[in-house]
Amino acid sequence: MSELTLTVMRLGFLAVLWLFVIVAVQVIRSDLFGTRVTQRGSRRTAGDARPQQGRQQQAAPPQQRQQSGRQRRGAPTKLVVSEGTLTGTTVALQGQTITLGRAHDSTIVLDDDYASSRHARIYPDRDGQWIVEDLGSTNGTYLDRTRLTTPTPVPLGAPIRIGKTVIELRK
Amino acid sequence: MSVVTNTTTIGAIDAPSRRNTELALVAFAVLISVFAYANVGLALHGELPAGMLGYGLGLALLGGVAHIAVRRFAPYADPLLLPLAILLNGMGLALIWRLDQSERFQATRDFAPAASKQLLFSAVGVAFLVIVLIVLKDHRILQRYTYISMLVALVLLILPMFFPAVNGAKIWIKIPGVGTIQPGEFAKIIIAVFFAGYLMVKRDALALASRRFMGLYLPRGRDLGPILMVWAFSILILVFETDLGSSLLFFGMFVVMLYVATERTSWIVFGLLMSGAGAVGVATFEPHVQDRVTAWLDPFAGWDKIAASEQMAKSLMAFGSGGTLGTGLGQGNSDLIGFAANSDFILATVGEELGLAGMMAVLLIYGLIVERGVRTALAARDPFGKLLAIGLSGSFAIQVFVVAGGVMGLIPLTGMTMPFMAAGGSSVIANWALIGILIRISDTARRPAPAPAPSPDAEMTQVVRP
Repeated sequence: MSELTLTVMRLGFLAVLWLFVIVAVQVIRSDLFGTRVTQRGSRRTAGDARPQQGRQQQAAPPQQRQQSGRQRRGAPTKLVVSEGTLTGTTVALQGQTITLGRAHDSTIVLDDDYASSRHARIYPDRDGQWIVEDLGSTNGTYLDRTRLTTPTPVPLGAPIRIGKTVIELRK
Repeated sequence: MSVVTNTTTIGAIDAPSRRNTELALVAFAVLISVFAYANVGLALHGELPAGMLGYGLGLALLGGVAHIAVRRFAPYADPLLLPLAILLNGMGLALIWRLDQSERFQATRDFAPAASKQLLFSAVGVAFLVIVLIVLKDHRILQRYTYISMLVALVLLILPMFFPAVNGAKIWIKIPGVGTIQPGEFAKIIIAVFFAGYLMVKRDALALASRRFMGLYLPRGRDLGPILMVWAFSILILVFETDLGSSLLFFGMFVVMLYVATERTSWIVFGLLMSGAGAVGVATFEPHVQDRVTAWLDPFAGWDKIAASEQMAKSLMAFGSGGTLGTGLGQGNSDLIGFAANSDFILATVGEELGLAGMMAVLLIYGLIVERGVRTALAARDPFGKLLAIGLSGSFAIQVFVVAGGVMGLIPLTGMTMPFMAAGGSSVIANWALIGILIRISDTARRPAPAPAPSPDAEMTQVVRP
């Protein structure tokens, strides 16, 4: 074997080895998954002209209502955290039960010393009315100012207080 | 409509299955290994090696079988773990075959070619991977065997004490007719299961009850119990089996998992202090460990006198003669190291023939395996899976550090093997099983959660997950 061939092979092998490493790193780069956090800083007020993004979002729901006939007109579509460390977090209401608490498998994991691990749950009853139920928590769940003792229907916009966190249902 | 400012929406990005990426990378890894093999043959004999087709087909078959098993039984698993392991295994095979070709080895009396045996062990290892994927449908099943696995690991670790020492360390058991087994390699997986199951239950007690002192959370005295137990046990291994490697591995793994489980930095401080004290303490009276320390402090002083020193010095010379770009595969003299050149010291061959550039690439490949393991732990949804993944990848990382550091003269040399590359049946089989468990956990972690009824009004807002 000539010296030249061997030198070419030696450098070629190193190049190929590094190419593999680079390809592997590229795969990692394109393999991001998990939670995606979107910041939407636009200030939206009732009277203001909405930015285009807002209008598109507004345009979407009516169509969906027609498709999923189960959902009543005027029913809440999302749950919004309005106070506490998770302020601004929203969860779409799609007929699933939402559990709140410090347990890792909760839908909303509360990082709140005053919350129990399985604190409360919010679920739709057969008519599509959303119900909040306290799951025997230590510090209790409050709807407006009253501590819950039984599963209670949640009106739109009524604050549900769990520890330092306040959530409400919105359209 | 109220004023909404700075809304944060958290939605889940579903990981695609990525199986085709994996297949392409496995094929790439096999090609690189075949290239290495051909390169050795051309450099040593001036022609393509005769066994190249068989070697290439064998490795491709292993990669293919493993890939099909992953595609069938763990469709959402991490796409990188398998190709990285295949590449390391393939390159290891080429390097072992290269050392088999050495005339210096062939002249020795008890020479036996190791490459074909290693290919056989790799096949058994891949079979283990497939079995793990088939049998272990969900890694949480392992949680049921927390205390049984402790017993099994203890037995595996204690067993070698009753067998005669091989090359100064009692880490082998000899089964007549089958050969020798290094049970420590298997014990490292089994004990990770125990640590994960135990710490998952006990972590609150270990994390919450503590006093703050100088920025560190000091645990209560009685919470030091578990770490003291594991420490005492690893010291016992060090004294009775004279194996610094496994001792460091088990203690290090426990400290890593304890830190991850409790988020208390103080455990790492304690762990470092205790392992330092233990190692120094044992080194004062154990001659085998003393030899290793002398060989580490001044390898060239013991040239021609102490075997360990001479081996160490030759390994350093191999790295030196490799330089930046290496001498080229098959053109180095790393076979001068002699005993254990193709197992413990295989990195010296990498360093000489591929140089610093190749060495860095190989270490990065090990690093990527560890990174994927840690990523799996981050993505895992259950605490047991998190701890198990971090324990397995942590033990993998510690093992790579201990071996690479030992061969390069950073820390005293220990009798451990480089995962996947070094010749040695137990090591390669156990590490394939380890990769199998990681693939299983990552499949569970990346599997998209069953969606509630598919509804078009799922704009960007979705279910929040930990």
